[in-house]
Amino acid sequence: MAPRRLSGRRVVIVDGCRTPFLRSMTDYMDLMSYDLGTMAVSALLARSRLDPGRVDRLILGTVIADVKTSNVAREVALAAGLPLSVPAYTVTAACTSSNVAIASGVEAIAAGVADIVIAGGTETSSDVPIRFSRPLRKRLIASTKVKGPGGYLGLLKGVKLKDFAPDAPAIAEFSTGLTMGDNAERLAKAVGLTREEQDRYALSSHHRAAKAHKEGLLADQIAPVSVPPKFAPITFDNGVRADSTYEKLSTLPPVFDRKFGTVTAGNSSFLTDGASAVLLMSEEKAQELGYEPIAAITATAMVALDPVEELLLGPALAVPAALEQAGVGLADVGVFEIHEAFAAPVLAVTKLFKDARWCRDRLGLENALGEIDPARLNAWGGSLSIGHPFGATGARLMMTAARRLKHEKARYGVVSACAAGALGHAMVLERA
Amino acid sequence: MREVQDSQGSETMSTNSESGGNGHSERKSAIRLEKRPDGVAIAWLDTPDSRLNIISTALAADFAATLQEIESDAAIKAVVIASAKPDNFMAGADVHEFLTTTSAEAFEKMVRAFHEALDRIAGSRKPYVAAIHGPCLGGGYEMALACHYRVASDDPKTVVGLPEVMMGVFPAGGGCQRLPRLIGVAKALPMILAGQRIKGRKAKKLGMVDLLTTPKGIADTAAKAALQLAEGKLRPERELGFMDKLFGGPLLGMVMGQARKETMKKTRGNYPAPLAVLECVETGLRGGFKAGQEAEIRNFGRVAAGPEAKNLIRLFDAMNELKKSPVTAESHKVDHLAIIGGGFMGEGIAAVSIGMTPTVVKDIADEALAKCAKNIWKALDKRLKSGSLTRLDRDRNWANLHFTKDYAGLANADLVIEAVFEKLDLKQRVLADTEAAIAPDAVFATNTSALPIGDIAAKALHPERVVGMHYFSPVPKMPLLEIVRGPKTDDQAVATAHKYGSKQGKTCIVVNDGPGFYTSRVLGPLMNEAMLLLEEGADIGALDKAWLDRGWPVGPVALMDEVGIDVAGHVAQDLGKAFAGRMQGQTTVIAKLVDAGYAGRKNNRGFYAYPPEGSKKKKTINADVYQFFGGPNRKPMNTRDMVDRLEVLFINEAVYCLQEGILATPRDGDVGAILGLGFPPFRGGPFRYVDAVGADKLVARMEELAAKHGSRFTPAPLLKEMATAGKVFYPPDLYKAPGSSQAQPKVEAGTAG
Repeated sequence: MAPRRLSGRRVVIVDGCRTPFLRSMTDYMDLMSYDLGTMAVSALLARSRLDPGRVDRLILGTVIADVKTSNVAREVALAAGLPLSVPAYTVTAACTSSNVAIASGVEAIAAGVADIVIAGGTETSSDVPIRFSRPLRKRLIASTKVKGPGGYLGLLKGVKLKDFAPDAPAIAEFSTGLTMGDNAERLAKAVGLTREEQDRYALSSHHRAAKAHKEGLLADQIAPVSVPPKFAPITFDNGVRADSTYEKLSTLPPVFDRKFGTVTAGNSSFLTDGASAVLLMSEEKAQELGYEPIAAITATAMVALDPVEELLLGPALAVPAALEQAGVGLADVGVFEIHEAFAAPVLAVTKLFKDARWCRDRLGLENALGEIDPARLNAWGGSLSIGHPFGATGARLMMTAARRLKHEKARYGVVSACAAGALGHAMVLERA
Repeated sequence: MREVQDSQGSETMSTNSESGGNGHSERKSAIRLEKRPDGVAIAWLDTPDSRLNIISTALAADFAATLQEIESDAAIKAVVIASAKPDNFMAGADVHEFLTTTSAEAFEKMVRAFHEALDRIAGSRKPYVAAIHGPCLGGGYEMALACHYRVASDDPKTVVGLPEVMMGVFPAGGGCQRLPRLIGVAKALPMILAGQRIKGRKAKKLGMVDLLTTPKGIADTAAKAALQLAEGKLRPERELGFMDKLFGGPLLGMVMGQARKETMKKTRGNYPAPLAVLECVETGLRGGFKAGQEAEIRNFGRVAAGPEAKNLIRLFDAMNELKKSPVTAESHKVDHLAIIGGGFMGEGIAAVSIGMTPTVVKDIADEALAKCAKNIWKALDKRLKSGSLTRLDRDRNWANLHFTKDYAGLANADLVIEAVFEKLDLKQRVLADTEAAIAPDAVFATNTSALPIGDIAAKALHPERVVGMHYFSPVPKMPLLEIVRGPKTDDQAVATAHKYGSKQGKTCIVVNDGPGFYTSRVLGPLMNEAMLLLEEGADIGALDKAWLDRGWPVGPVALMDEVGIDVAGHVAQDLGKAFAGRMQGQTTVIAKLVDAGYAGRKNNRGFYAYPPEGSKKKKTINADVYQFFGGPNRKPMNTRDMVDRLEVLFINEAVYCLQEGILATPRDGDVGAILGLGFPPFRGGPFRYVDAVGADKLVARMEELAAKHGSRFTPAPLLKEMATAGKVFYPPDLYKAPGSSQAQPKVEAGTAG
């Protein structure tokens, strides 16, 4: 079988920006994901000076959909000032939602059915839909058809007090019932990750993000926003802890396995609100309109694994698949941007790439895939420090990878993320 | 070229008739009658060679013929009146016909014929249904009121109402009779007095229309309704509520008394139209429909022929003319706007821009940006809650607003409007920093009320693209924009400022550079004189009241507080220096007040003491300031003298501006004075006023004042010249027929019959 390959026209990323990412229940508390997405897309349009009528489609990822805006991308397109004629759709693939949104855009452009695509994602965890319990919902739906007071009374029959308890969404696997944290714990144990490794990794993530902020490396990707009720300009991600220390992190109790576990709040990503968007074009369109590409996207790979044993291991399969598509070796990659849901899965992936047996069994390789130089991985911070608005992280990884390629004068970059459902996604970039 | 009223403009009502057959056969009819097989006839309103349907003598003749045909055709069972124009039902009357009709008798004749036509509709045994999509205002809505049923589209472009008082006339085609009977006098009266336009949904709720439907297919829906009315299957549901019946009956005296009090408070008796409304409504409700109609006809002749109506219509006409750029150069395309300075002015300019273009506001302070964002959001939210903005429109507006603290954030701007503090060196520095950041062809506008553009652009790399855009505060409310052409400003910069300013909804006058340009310059001598009057012993309250009674919106002393005593001081100083030769009698008190910390309303240390925001208390005179004006003992002064002294100096300075070429035309001076400074609109502006009074009389009065109070009252050379030669600033009003670009003298309808 011939190897898979992204074929067709060359696709480039010419710009990208995001709202500052904020811890949930802070300054974005009163906003819908619709508002956040609108801010990111309108800022991208304004700064890129693109005639909005040229956009062929808007694709946004989101995970926890608001039922009022279930195709949130379309609502965002309308509010952000795209002409009414620009189609928009929302994709949902857990934490890889905006990775998939970007890949969809890339694939449409490569195939020649679109020239310009805005892709990104938007998420709020400050206002998740909390439902009535199923017995209560059943009765409420039935109530639209009842007639007379007697009918309503009849509906109340059999309602139990506990039915009035709300039904909040949990970050748990529907198929296995395990939470994300449980899975991170399982993975840490399976691969043999120590508490110290994970804490040190988390600490480095915060320090790297703080340094990148301080050096202005993230300024280019952040569109300052001003939101009700305070309206004070927000220009930074508020989850980054420059003053974090190993001592502090090491005192935090494990959350998921309280006795023998190693996964703590400190080495897990926190609930975050934010939105992000990148501007994709065919290389010739960018040239025609006078845009300077930052990077080309040369491979998109998506994989799925075992939801029990490998839930957070998506990148371990997706990255090799994408590299194979692009014909690029691991050692040739200068820039890695891998989503940090927890410290554990990132560490696990780097560890497994060095493990010849695992690489033979799971990837069918003769030798270990190779080593990822820690200096090349998430050099400007990651989801552990900058935050993780589920549907918006992929586009942040993409804009960061593209800008790092330029900044570090590297040739190849890889963007990858794991996701609930044991999905994995990876893309390969080449500096333009 | 003719610009008839559009949906944004104001409009009048009524029409004339009896134009006879003369010339009728040569022109296209304004009404096309479509007879449908189901027995419904649709009268399509279609004013020839015009974007809009306009009530005119010509339309009235066609209308009479159409009614005749409908009545005589037995196959017609019911009638729909609909518009063949896109998005316009009927916006009002032909303003040029109003301007060129001068006798009260001619107007009476006009409106009597209109009544007769509408009475034929109302009294017809065949039901008439109005199918309203787009503006249906003034005479157009009076026609709809005469119909038996009104169907309106739910489109945002659909507005109904009787806004005639805005143009100095009033609904005299039965509007003062039929609307109070339809929705109750307590609702109708304020609506007519304020000239309100009501959108579809609200109109349905109020009972101004009977049915809401979709804009497309509205004539068909109306035809179905008309047939059902003819067959007795549809009965309009319009029962007045209990309170409305009380207000129209036993409590009518109370309602009218209250309305009269409010009207006098607002107009101070300067405007005859609202008083005519009160008389016509009351006469009709007390003496019956016929008596009300006669009152409308009688009052209309007097009001429409009077100078107040003429001046308001001329103002409207001039505002329409000013929509056209005074230069032929192409404007620079503005896709992105940048505003420098997020203060009160910058915020206001942003608020009127985000509906059109992405707008980035730059300021150096987070607090300023936060305040700017908050106020704009609050204003948008208020409009959302009032229903004047949809949620999506609010969000689209909001999404267009961006903030930056760096000049780099201005890189995309096609037009930059600088609104920083009024200091020359600051403005020059901002201009230099901006030029380094923006595209070479971007236009740079400076919002200044007095600093000459030539000075601000003195060190500019590209002085040709620097233009003045003088906004008035508060920007969203004030209708004027004074565009200032510096000595090196090119036509493209002027055209760009004009086009963008017009899009912001502003009426733009283009003036030449000079100290204080036009508006600040004419205000200078007026403010100075107010201070001198106080020094002579005038009472603050008496002076301000005299000015309000004269028809100005704010007293000169209160205005000083609003503008800011420090700002006024700056302007006075600059102007005093620039015109030192003839500005004798400069007050020295302003400087002393500023030194003592008086800044006016903004620091609540001024001529008045201001209650906290939101309080219902009124401002009170701050007697402490009298210490700067010779002590607390005030002496009575002749009201006429006080008013004259302020007014002639204002007018004289306006004439200087024309003479020196600061103003291009008297029209620009009149529109600027009315819209920017509150010159009483019913007097038409300083130049119209000179024409009305006579330059010779004004010169005589000024010479009298000069002998008494000093040389600052010396008339401008141009004014003297006009007095000697017996000249006027404006030629007589000319008639321009709809669709024609040629103005021509018009034979008055009344004199022909």
